[in-house]
Amino acid sequence: MESLDSFVFPNEVHITWTVMIVLYPYITGMVAGAFIVSSFYHVFGMEKLKPIARFALVSSLAFLLFATVPLLNHLGRPDRAFNIMLTPSFSSAMSGFGFVYAFYMIIVILEVWLSYRVDLIDKYTNSRGISKFIYNIIILGNSNDNEETRRIDKKLVTFFAAFGIPVACILHGYVGFLFGSIKANLWWSTPLMFIIFIFSAIVSGLSVLIFLYQFVHWLRKKKVDQDSLDLMAKWLWGFMIIAVILELMELLSIAYERTERWVVLQQLITGKLKVSYIILQIGVFSIIPFLMLTVTSLIKINLKLKNLLIWLSSGMLLIQVLLMRWNVVIGGQLVSKSMRGFTEYFPGFLDREGLIVSAVIIIIPFILLKLFDGVFPFFEKSENK
Amino acid sequence: MEKIDRRQFIKVGIFTTAGVLVGSFFGFADSDEKIDVKTFDDLLKYEWGYIIDTSRCIGCGACVRACKIENNVSDNYYRTWVERYEVNKNGKIRVDSPKGALEGFRQDNFPSSEIVKSFFVPKLCNHCYDSPCVQVCPVGASYETPDKVVLVDKEHCVGCGYCVQACPYACRYIDPEKGTADKCTFCYHRIQKGLAPACVNACPRSARIYGNLKDPESKIRKILNTRRYGLLKPELGTNPKCYYIELDMEIK
Repeated sequence: MESLDSFVFPNEVHITWTVMIVLYPYITGMVAGAFIVSSFYHVFGMEKLKPIARFALVSSLAFLLFATVPLLNHLGRPDRAFNIMLTPSFSSAMSGFGFVYAFYMIIVILEVWLSYRVDLIDKYTNSRGISKFIYNIIILGNSNDNEETRRIDKKLVTFFAAFGIPVACILHGYVGFLFGSIKANLWWSTPLMFIIFIFSAIVSGLSVLIFLYQFVHWLRKKKVDQDSLDLMAKWLWGFMIIAVILELMELLSIAYERTERWVVLQQLITGKLKVSYIILQIGVFSIIPFLMLTVTSLIKINLKLKNLLIWLSSGMLLIQVLLMRWNVVIGGQLVSKSMRGFTEYFPGFLDREGLIVSAVIIIIPFILLKLFDGVFPFFEKSENK
Repeated sequence: MEKIDRRQFIKVGIFTTAGVLVGSFFGFADSDEKIDVKTFDDLLKYEWGYIIDTSRCIGCGACVRACKIENNVSDNYYRTWVERYEVNKNGKIRVDSPKGALEGFRQDNFPSSEIVKSFFVPKLCNHCYDSPCVQVCPVGASYETPDKVVLVDKEHCVGCGYCVQACPYACRYIDPEKGTADKCTFCYHRIQKGLAPACVNACPRSARIYGNLKDPESKIRKILNTRRYGLLKPELGTNPKCYYIELDMEIK
């Protein structure tokens, strides 16, 4: 209940966008980030990233397939979800969502298909019965494989990878824009929001790739490609610095302006968001990974220790980005539009939009990724070459 | 008795059924109430506005109750509510709106001897000229009528909640029963018949006044021409159509 000195409007007691809306930008962030990493190899020819490029691409697809699940679970009328594409009202930033999402999905699927075509044809030739039939469908009945087709495939992959970079930025920057353009919300309304979202997306994309790459190699007792890992760790270091600094600079300029906005937001970050924002997001999960990555990037240390530090910081940064999404999405809604108080939110455990459902939604893409590994093997092939 | 063959039997059957159907159509469809269908041009003659006289409201909450009954508003959500502002002798201010004032206000927040000033402020959808909620609706379910009332098409709304976020006045919510956005309609079903909105009707102090802003002879126009008033959060450029007489700077 509201205390005497704090007032929230009667309709603000329940917040509207729950933890599901926290998960959506978190998942699309990983999608966009992972895609951009794969494009570094395909478009900019960074050979060092070759071992991870396909993995990055397939991860992007796995997360993308599940990105809309939290949204559908959150909609008051999920049965009408397609209205957004059937009757879009273009004065709304959200109306483009279906089209951007579908467009990006097509690009990712085409790129995955083209970059795995050779392997799929290989599987098709070596399989029998039903699986042969299924592979035949996947390769669209075309088992042509020669120098010329490979050359064209590669060209197309490069094209889609290049084209996909702006689309990935749009897909995710646009989520940031949705928040940043709401003038009614003190904590969201800033033109910097979409830039912060893009950088944090790249951080989460790099983190999830590093984390899984090392984890999978550890599970399979294989050696990681050190050059590739080092390069990604350095990038993660750079991008996380930019992402965190942008966010802090944003806060600093609000604080320095000292308008009414700061009076309210100051109470927010030192009150309701003290633990999740100041202590966890900035204190623990930004500063510690920053220090660890500084060590791994600048100082020569024992290789095992180095890789452990990289792995730990990638895991911590994954949590940092999740915290950031929480602090933005939930934090913004805790501030009453009356500017006189703050509301409460806890998702609950067993609710439709509760913590257990959230955990399931987060875990499913990883399971899917594991299944994909069967059809689109990520690592072995490239290592053998 | 003459034998009826199959063909004749079917013929009689069809005519009888048709007769009953057509007859009942005339019997039941004819209602006494004349349906007055306004054309688009008719609607353009209106621009519904609203005045809240904060100096007159006594915080009885009759408007909140009337609204809840008239519009079947879900529990714990409010299409309209009343806020109470109390200032003590040290200049400290306390604001509250227990259950949106559905049951009025029972206790003071300061000891009554300390209160130097207090007032009540009814709130409802401002039906802005430039509504952010209409702008952000991704499917066009939130719209503005030709007579400038902002409504939600509940058969089309997907319940994304974007409009709830966009409204700077917290006038919208997602109806937990329908899963769609909900808000004040100015009792559109009533004003179309020439009746006052339920809240206006219920107010014992005439603190709530509605009318046609396009009509220079309307009560609302006359008041706006003579009294000083303010708008809520004018800096956001929403251009509300709810005008607050004696708007205090503490009211947001």
